[in-house]
Amino acid sequence: MSDYLVQFNNISKFFGKVIALKDVTMKLRKGEIMCLLGDNGAGKSTLIKTLAGVHKPDEGEIIVEGKKTIFDSPKDALDMGIATVYQDLALVSLMSVTRNFFMGREPMKGPPFFKTFDIKKANKIAAERMGQIGIDVRDPSQAVGTMSGGERQCLAISRAIYFGAKVLVLDEPTSALGVHQASVVLKYIVKAASQGLAVILITHNVHHAYPVGNSFTVLNRGKSLGTYAKKDITREKLLSMMAGGEELNKLEVELQEMNRSSAN
Amino acid sequence: MSTKSKSIENKTDFNQDERLKKVSKLRLLLNRPELGALGGAILVFIFFGIIAGDTGMFSAYGILNFLDVSANLGIIAIAAAMLMIGGEFDLSIGSMIGFAGICIAIPAIYWGWPLWMSIIFAFSMAVLVGYFNGILVVRTGLPSFIVTLAMLFILRGATLALTRLITGRTQVPGLRVLIENDPIAWIFATDTFKWVFTWLGSMNLIALRTDGSPLATGIPPSVIWFIALAILTTWILMKTRYGNWIFASGGDKNGANNVGVPVGRVKISLFIGTAVAATIFATIQVLDAGSADTMRGTLKELEAIAAAVVGGCLLTGGYGSAIGAAFGALIFGTVSMGIFYTDVDTDWFKVFLGAMMLIAVIFNNYIRRKVTESK
Repeated sequence: MSDYLVQFNNISKFFGKVIALKDVTMKLRKGEIMCLLGDNGAGKSTLIKTLAGVHKPDEGEIIVEGKKTIFDSPKDALDMGIATVYQDLALVSLMSVTRNFFMGREPMKGPPFFKTFDIKKANKIAAERMGQIGIDVRDPSQAVGTMSGGERQCLAISRAIYFGAKVLVLDEPTSALGVHQASVVLKYIVKAASQGLAVILITHNVHHAYPVGNSFTVLNRGKSLGTYAKKDITREKLLSMMAGGEELNKLEVELQEMNRSSAN
Repeated sequence: MSTKSKSIENKTDFNQDERLKKVSKLRLLLNRPELGALGGAILVFIFFGIIAGDTGMFSAYGILNFLDVSANLGIIAIAAAMLMIGGEFDLSIGSMIGFAGICIAIPAIYWGWPLWMSIIFAFSMAVLVGYFNGILVVRTGLPSFIVTLAMLFILRGATLALTRLITGRTQVPGLRVLIENDPIAWIFATDTFKWVFTWLGSMNLIALRTDGSPLATGIPPSVIWFIALAILTTWILMKTRYGNWIFASGGDKNGANNVGVPVGRVKISLFIGTAVAATIFATIQVLDAGSADTMRGTLKELEAIAAAVVGGCLLTGGYGSAIGAAFGALIFGTVSMGIFYTDVDTDWFKVFLGAMMLIAVIFNNYIRRKVTESK
């Protein structure tokens, strides 16, 4: 009935008296990148955890590929193809690229009861996958700690895709990165979307979100300020919508006044 | 977080990085956790080869002597290393050795159980103690250091109190006669490869007693257990899914959990591992000595941890090797026996042990920085 891959309709979440989320709606098609923008405390973390199956929404419905579903656990969400890459990336820096890539889902070989971790195959796949995104891992047994922040982010995303993600939820994937590294990660996100994934990109950085996003949802104090297609909104408008906008204007006025009074 | 912010300064292109980083085989080898311990072991052997080469330390009898001591320590050091890689400590290993000892001796001597049943009883108790340690650490989230420190006192106290209550003493002798014809005890009490030593003796290649039998009669059971455990645990760490989970649980508990590693179960099983290893240690020693002593194993937990650290384990978990711990134990065992063959007062052994550990920690710390921040 709809061509949406995933729909989150009127999601609300309460913690006691606190309204963490109220009537947030997001719909994504295949290949679409939706950017979820919001300042600190806007409810981004709660929303991510709701998408990932950590929290159950108190109101609203989640529809995946036309079917109404309830996530009882993060595993449920993962089984439905909704993979969340958290800010900590769930990577162990002392472990090798391969061991990280297959952590918890190791490929096995050998007869029953004597199954061993097929390191050769794992190395090959890990190197291949990283190669596809332009990161040449000469030695997949090198520790993840030796990789740059951008490479790690790409590793975590590529791992989620390899294990069957249809919808990627990315939590601030560029927040700790420099300009160049961020652009590499964003490029990879666009590439992933072009291969048919739906991506929810959570960020407070409009400059990172605007170039890659197809649509933008702005979150403020737990409420959605609406979803806009790229053609309907400018970067500046987005910026000012994120609580920061108004406050920055106010700050500017205040600073001017201070300057004026100190000049006198 | 600090490593993440570091990357901000890193503006080089991925492809460019690639050309910069040519890793030599030597560097790869240096990144192995057990390298320090292997180097240390070689140095120790060279040292005693020069100082005590002509004393008899390296006769068949001498070698078996220090191997036996190393192997005993190695059995618990390997288990301690596995647990440390999994991110936890077990300070109750030494007390568990004493407890396991009386779990074998009291039923066998005072309750008339067959020896094999007592041994199985001791191992069952070990599984219980390990499980209890593990579940307590996993459920409460308290540091294992504290939980197992409490267990150190509880177990040692219980061992002493129960033994005195039941036997009126602190030692339980009289086990030796029970070993013969027991269906299980031989696993912990038989010297192997006797024919090799008989043959070597007949060829006059090794020292003989006055009656013509060789002085060294066979490989002690501890050495066989030690080698078997070292191989088994190394295989588990390198080649199995469970091994990957151990590294993951110790490296980043939350991360591992998020990708579906059953961190709790992994940690509990490792705690059971240390308690069972302590019981293997205890069984071998009790059957060898023919008696159980309530104070047996005192401070052994710290020696085991020291050997694991010298073997390359990080105190923060997620890194280390079982074979490294084996080399660590070999260093300590060799020095503790070798020192008798030199003019040095044996009191200095503990000084060496401490210094060795300090050097290892500094070295490991350096290696870890290399591994995690080499960009």
